[in-house]
Amino acid sequence: MSLIDSLPRVGAPKLPKVDGLIPWIVPLAIVLIWQLACVTGFVPSRVLPAPTDVALAGWKLLLSGELVRNIWVSFWRASIGFVIGGGIGFAFGLANGLSQLSAKLTDTTLQMVRNIPHLALIPLVILWFGIDESAKLFLVALGVFFPIYLNTLHGIRTVDPQLIEMGRIYGMTDGELFRRVIFPGALPSIFVGLRFALGIMWLTLIVAETIAASSGLGYMAMQAREFMLIDVVVLSILIYALLGKLADSASRALERLTLSWHPAFQKK
Amino acid sequence: MQEALRFQPVDAEPVDHADIVVKSRHLRRVTDNAARGLSLTIRGLRKAFGDNEVLRGIDLHIPSGQFVAIVGRSGCGKSTLLRLIAGLDAPTAGSIAFGEEPRAQDVRVMFQEPRLLPWARVLSNVEVGLGRERSSADAQARAERALVEVGLGDKRAQWPSVLSGGQKQRVALARALVSQPRVLAFDEPLGALDALTRISMQQLLERVWRDQGFTAILVTHDVAEAVALADRVLVIEDGRIAEDVTIDLPRPRRRGSAELAALEGEILKHLLEGSEDTL
Repeated sequence: MSLIDSLPRVGAPKLPKVDGLIPWIVPLAIVLIWQLACVTGFVPSRVLPAPTDVALAGWKLLLSGELVRNIWVSFWRASIGFVIGGGIGFAFGLANGLSQLSAKLTDTTLQMVRNIPHLALIPLVILWFGIDESAKLFLVALGVFFPIYLNTLHGIRTVDPQLIEMGRIYGMTDGELFRRVIFPGALPSIFVGLRFALGIMWLTLIVAETIAASSGLGYMAMQAREFMLIDVVVLSILIYALLGKLADSASRALERLTLSWHPAFQKK
Repeated sequence: MQEALRFQPVDAEPVDHADIVVKSRHLRRVTDNAARGLSLTIRGLRKAFGDNEVLRGIDLHIPSGQFVAIVGRSGCGKSTLLRLIAGLDAPTAGSIAFGEEPRAQDVRVMFQEPRLLPWARVLSNVEVGLGRERSSADAQARAERALVEVGLGDKRAQWPSVLSGGQKQRVALARALVSQPRVLAFDEPLGALDALTRISMQQLLERVWRDQGFTAILVTHDVAEAVALADRVLVIEDGRIAEDVTIDLPRPRRRGSAELAALEGEILKHLLEGSEDTL
């Protein structure tokens, strides 16, 4: 890299490594201040254990295998529930976006169901399914169904009618029209739904696990509360944050991959 | 030779042998046109949307290979006429008959908006124009040729979002041309472009029309554009053909010449008189 190479970007020097670290400055600073506050005794460890204590608790749980098992169980529930609920939501979104009859038949019903907070169903779900796996999967699936459904439907309905007319003029069959015009046009909206759904997925799962479970991260946190293991409680919360971030990053990566045509995703 | 000529910049000085090329092109045009362009006969054409009768009986014959411009005030039904010719809408009454039964890819439309697929590269957008022949082996080669034709051969791998308005419209033109249509309908294709881009696009339209010899039907609100490009200008008023003006001037026509200005003035006068009646 000569000096001349960097000349056109005087205002924004190219430092990719540092650039990637910038989003982590704030979380790191928070952890540092937190540690300081605990070490100096400003925050009593009864209220909030120091990050080092949390890390230590995490290490112990990791060695015992409990942590990995609980994360795995939660991750499995989240994924299966997401695939089921998201899959059904996507299917209904497609059907109702493409067919007037299907929309007339089901949309009103779905809109009514949507307005019930799905977590309000927990008592009923426990009565139906007990505290079995199916209870959690049902709640997660129900939670992710609506954002995916609504955004898929919206995406398909808002595809530029001029492009659809263009496709028809150029002799596209229904299948081609869907593959080349309707689906790519709906994709940005579908991704919005996907990201909403990922947030709801974790929320639902954690609530369900704290109320009715015998394994998983939510269960681990509730157990720790019973035994006043506040470091484990904080550890669980931090793991939620990391898992949420992970899910979001994955969907962003997928977005960048599939929406490279979109001006918002083009490299400047 | 044909190819070489196309690559010349618009303002290039004609070289000695260009004369011959032009002559041969002219010959080719005459012989090809009969085969390429489709003639068109419209009888008693009416179109109503509910109670609103937009077209009230159009009778028209367009010989094969003719360049026809349709002008008129907004809402006069000129775009409706074009959509009926292109088969995008069905007439309420009357008939449109082509010289011979056209295949799907024989009649193409170009709109005011480029209507490119934003998620497809420029070349794939042009391939869309091949219709049912999209999957044929030479699809890509044909699309590339059409792109070169409109002077965008180097943009084949770009996304449409990075192109300028004029470039997008040229891609749309390439898409319309790639199936080698025999009738090409233009619905104000240059309406959204700035003045300079418009003029170079007009020259491009005229050139591809002369090269390919399709029957061209151009709807425009710009009378100057109509007289500069067309063999014949139709003025539509209240859903009928109010005037049928033949523009018998040699090509290439010089923009701003006295004859063009006179014709333009005449047609404009007619249009304005019409509007005074209704005011």
